Amino acid sequence: MSEPASTAATTTYREALREALRDALRADERVFLMGEDVGRYGGSFGVSRGLLDEFGPERIRDAPLSESAFVGAGVGAALGDLRPIVEVMTVNFSMLALDQIVNTAASLSHMSGGQFHVPLVVRMTTGGGRQLAAQHSHSLEAWYAHVPGLRVLAPATIDDARWMLGAALDDPDPVIIFEHGSLYGMEGEPWEESPVRPIDLEHAVVRRAGRDVTLIASSQSVHVALAAAEVLVADGVEAEVVDLRVLRPLDGATIVESVTRTHRAVVVDEGWRSVGLSAEVSARIMEGAFYELDAPVERVCTLEVPLPYPKHLEDAALPQPQRVVDAVHAMGLGG
Amino acid sequence: MGDLRMPTLGADMTAGTLLEWHVAPGDAVHRGDIVATVDTDKAEIDIETFDDGVVDALVVEPGTRVPVGTVLATLRADGEVPRMAAPVAPEPAVAVPAPPPPAPSAAPVVSAPPVAAAAPAHRRRVSPLARRVAADLGVDLAAVTGTGPAGAITRVDVERATTTVPGTTVPGTTVPGRAAVERRSADERLASLRAAVAALMARSKREIPHYTVQRTIDLTAALDWLDAYNAGQPPARRLLPAALLLRAVALAAHDVPEVNGTYEDDTFHPAPDVTLGVAISLRQGGVIAPAIPNADALALPDLMSDLRELTARARRGVLRGTDLGGATLTVTSLGDQGADLVCGVIFPPQVALVGFGRIAERPVAVNGMLGARRTVIATLAGDHRVSDGHRGSLLLASLDHHLQEPDAL
Amino acid sequence: MSANGHALAHLRDMVRIRRLEERCIELYSAGEIRGFMHVYIGEEAIAVGAMQALGPEDNVVATYREHGHALARGIPTRAILAEMLGRVEGSSRGRGGSMHLFDAQRRFFGGNAIVGGGLPLAAGLALATRMRGEDRATVCFFGEGAAAEGEFHETLNLAALWRLPVLFLCENNLYAMGTALERSQAQTDLALRASTYAMPAWSVDGMDVEAVARAVDEQVATIRGGGGPCFLEAKTYRFRAHSMYDPDLYRSKEEIARWKQRDPLDLHAAALRAAGLLDDDAFAAIETDAAAELDDAVAYARQGQLEPVEELERFVVSERVLR
Repeated sequence: MSEPASTAATTTYREALREALRDALRADERVFLMGEDVGRYGGSFGVSRGLLDEFGPERIRDAPLSESAFVGAGVGAALGDLRPIVEVMTVNFSMLALDQIVNTAASLSHMSGGQFHVPLVVRMTTGGGRQLAAQHSHSLEAWYAHVPGLRVLAPATIDDARWMLGAALDDPDPVIIFEHGSLYGMEGEPWEESPVRPIDLEHAVVRRAGRDVTLIASSQSVHVALAAAEVLVADGVEAEVVDLRVLRPLDGATIVESVTRTHRAVVVDEGWRSVGLSAEVSARIMEGAFYELDAPVERVCTLEVPLPYPKHLEDAALPQPQRVVDAVHAMGLGG
Repeated sequence: MGDLRMPTLGADMTAGTLLEWHVAPGDAVHRGDIVATVDTDKAEIDIETFDDGVVDALVVEPGTRVPVGTVLATLRADGEVPRMAAPVAPEPAVAVPAPPPPAPSAAPVVSAPPVAAAAPAHRRRVSPLARRVAADLGVDLAAVTGTGPAGAITRVDVERATTTVPGTTVPGTTVPGRAAVERRSADERLASLRAAVAALMARSKREIPHYTVQRTIDLTAALDWLDAYNAGQPPARRLLPAALLLRAVALAAHDVPEVNGTYEDDTFHPAPDVTLGVAISLRQGGVIAPAIPNADALALPDLMSDLRELTARARRGVLRGTDLGGATLTVTSLGDQGADLVCGVIFPPQVALVGFGRIAERPVAVNGMLGARRTVIATLAGDHRVSDGHRGSLLLASLDHHLQEPDAL
Repeated sequence: MSANGHALAHLRDMVRIRRLEERCIELYSAGEIRGFMHVYIGEEAIAVGAMQALGPEDNVVATYREHGHALARGIPTRAILAEMLGRVEGSSRGRGGSMHLFDAQRRFFGGNAIVGGGLPLAAGLALATRMRGEDRATVCFFGEGAAAEGEFHETLNLAALWRLPVLFLCENNLYAMGTALERSQAQTDLALRASTYAMPAWSVDGMDVEAVARAVDEQVATIRGGGGPCFLEAKTYRFRAHSMYDPDLYRSKEEIARWKQRDPLDLHAAALRAAGLLDDDAFAAIETDAAAELDDAVAYARQGQLEPVEELERFVVSERVLR
C-alpha cells in the first residue's frame, strides 16, 4: 500500500488523494475525515494511511459500520459549521446512506428556502476491474448525478485527484467525489504544484484533441477512451477524448462544442447502459448538437449484468478499448 | 397493376445490379417515386415507379445483377389483397434468390417472397448534419447515395455529390465502408464506363454509315442577346450559350424530321417530339448522354434549368432512370476549351448527332467587310440509311437561321 | 408543580398548539392547506415540556408532526401558518409546507419527513458541538415507529460511542401510522432497548407537561455536563388520526376516549387550578389570546405572497459563499 512520495519522479492517484486530505486538514481545523477504517487501518484502499498519526483520532475518525448514521452525522456536522469529509468504502455501500444524501443533504437548502446549507464532502470508491464481484464493483455515479442539490465529481487524473477535494470543501453544498478503485495505483507525473485557481469544478476538459469523433468518458473510462484513441490512430481516425470530470452539473457545453466539430460521438461509461450517464450525455448531444450529427451517438457501457468475479467475464462486461474502437468503426470511421 | 422491372436505361444497357431498395413491402408508392437504386455500367441510377400502388413484394435482393426487364418488385393496387404467390422468377442465367420450393404437402403453402436483406428504408436515412449540409449546398438528397451506417446519407456523401473529382474526400472525414451493398470503386466504375462507351461506339461505327456536314455559324446576334438577357437576371437564372444552341437544335429538328428519331428493325421511326440527348464528358473520363425530354417544348429558362440539373446529376453519377432513356437526337458541345469542330459518332439507335466546337472570334466577311466575329462551327453526323448530306445541310441551315433570331428562341 | 409563572406558560403554550392544530384542520378542510398534514393534538405536553429546557443556543430536530414543536420553539405563528399556506413569508419560504418547517435563527432543523432520518442529523449536530467545544444540547424528536428503523440503532450506537451531547426524545404515541407498536416491534419497552446502547434511558408520562419538563431538564443537564447522549420515551397518544386522510380504522373509539380522559391540557389546567394558579378568567384570557393570535396569523398568511415561479430554482445550490 505504500507509494513513493510525490517528490519522486512519479506519483500515484492515491498519493494525490492523500496529499489533498493532508492539505485540507492542515488548512482548516474544521475539516475532519470520518468513515469506516479511515484511521487505524489507514483507509480500506490506503488513502488515509498515516493521517491518524498526524491529525489524531478526533479528526481522523473511525466510524462504526453504520453508513446512514455516519453520513447523516456528516450532514449534521456540516450544519454545525464543521467541514466533514466522509469516506464511504464503496459506492455499493453508499446505498445504505442514500437516504441521508438524497433526502437530507441534497434537499435541505431548497426545502428550507435557502436557510441551511450542507458543506459536506462524501468520498467513495467506485468501479470494477479488480475482481471484487457484484457487491464491490459497480459504478452508480449516475444515481447521484441525478439528484439536484449535489455536485458530483469523478477525478480521472492525478491532478484532479490532488486538487478537486480542496475546491469541494469550499463548496457550500454537498459534494460527492468518486474515486475509481482501479486508478488508486495509477502512476504518473507529479501533480501541478500551482494549479489554476479557483480549481474548476464546473467543466469537462478535452484530454486529447481530434477531429473525427468525440469519445466522452469519465473516471477510469477516460483511460479506456484514451487507449482506444491510440488504436484508432492506425486506422487514420483522430479521436477527441472529453473527460467529463464533473458529472453534476454536467458540462453540456463542452460536449456539444466538441461534437459540433467532430460530428460523431461515442459515450464510454462504466455504468450500465440503461437509464444512465451515457443516456444523459447522449440526450445532451441530441439537444445541443442534433444538426451536427453525422451518425447516431454510440455508447460503450458495462454490460447489463452484476459484475462477475472471474477475470475473463469481468473484462467482457466492462468497457474495453477494443469495444470503443469497434463502435467507432461501426460509425463508418476507419476499420 | 404493373410490376417494377429492371429498366433499360440506354441501348447499351442489357443488365443492371440492384443496389438498394428504398421501399419495403406494404409501402404505398406513387408514380415518379424513387423506389430503388440500380448500378448500370455507367452510373448508379435511382429508378422510379410509373404506377401508383402498394409494394407487394421485393423480388430481387440488393447485390443481384439481373437482365433488363426482370421483375424487381411486384405492385398491387391500394386495397388489393397482397399477392402471396411465389415471386416472378428472373432469367435463370442470373443470380436471383430462388423462391423456396413448394413443400411436398397437400396443404396449401404460402411461400414468402424473398425480401431485401438490408433494412427497408421506409424513410431514407439521412444524418442530421447531412440534411443540413445538403440544404446549405442546395443538394437534392433524393439524388445522393448513402454510404454511412445502414446506408445512411452522411455529410461526406452530400459533399461527394457536389464534388466532381472522384476520389477526393472532405478533410476530416474518411470514406465510410458499410453500405447496404458494396459499392464499386471509382476505378472499377471508370473501367466499366469506358467499356460501355467502347461497346456502344463500336456498334455505331459498325452499323451506321455516317456522313458529316459542317457550317460556321455567326453567333454575334445570339450572344449579344444573351448578354442583354443575363444582365437582368440573378446568377442562378442566367443562361449559358449551350442552352441557346440546344434550343436552336430542338427547333431545327422540327424543320428536318429525318434527323430526329430512331433506327430499329431496319426501319426509321421518326419521333413526334424532340428528346434531346446531351453528351456530357465526365471529368474522370468517359461520356454519358442523358436526355431532356420534350426539349422542343421547353422555354429557354426551363431548358437551361434542366440542363444544369442534368449535368450535375451526371457528374455525380446519380442519374435517374428517366434521364438515360429515349433520346431522339443528341448534341455534343465541346465548350470554350474544346476543339474548333467535332465530327461526332451517333448514339444508336439515334440517327444523327449535332456537334458544336468552341465558340471563338474568327475572321468573318460580312457585307464585303472582314471582321472578327464570335462564331461556332456546327457539324451534323447523320445516318445515311435515313438521310443524306442535303438534308443534313438543311438542318444546319435551319440551326443557323434560328440562332440569328434569338428573340424568337 | 413548579409554583411559578412557568407552569401557567406551559398551559398557555399547550393551548396555543391545540388551537393552532384545530385551525389547521379547518384550513385544510377548506383547501387552504394541502399536502400531507399531521396534527399534534394530544401530544402537546411533550414539545412544551421539552422546549422549556432549551436555550436559544441549543439545536432542535423534529419530525413531520412538528407544528407544536415549531410553535413551542418560538417560531412565530404567522410564519408557521404562512408556510402551511405556501407563502413566501413562511418559515421555509412556503417551500416545505406542513412537514418541513425550518428556522435557522432558532436552530430548528426541521421538519424531517423521513421516519428516522433526523437521528443521524442530530448526532452530527452534536458531533459538531463536541468537536468545536460548544455548550449546546441537541434534542431530537422522533416517534416510536422510528425505533424500528436502522438509523435509530446506528445513531444511538454512534452517539453513545462518541459520547455526543444529544437527547433522543421518543414520542411514543403507540401507532406508526396505523400499525400498533406491539404489531411491529418485538421489544415494546423502548427505554430498555435504548439502554442497551449504554446510555441513560427513561420513560415519562407524556401527557404530564411538568413530568416531561423535569425529565428533560435532568437529561439535558446530563448531556451538557459531558455525560453523553440520553434517551427519553414520552408515552403519549394522538387524539386525531395520523393524517388528514386517515379514517382511523385501526383504533377503537373506546381506546381514544380512554386516552382523552388524560388530555394533557385538562390534566395541567386541573393541576393549576388545584394549586390556585388558574381560574376561569385566566383560562378564558389564555383562550382569547390564542384565538386572537391565530386570527392574526391566518389573516397574515392569507395575505402572503406566492413565491415567483422565476425563483423556483433558487437555493438548489446555495447562494452564499463559504468562509
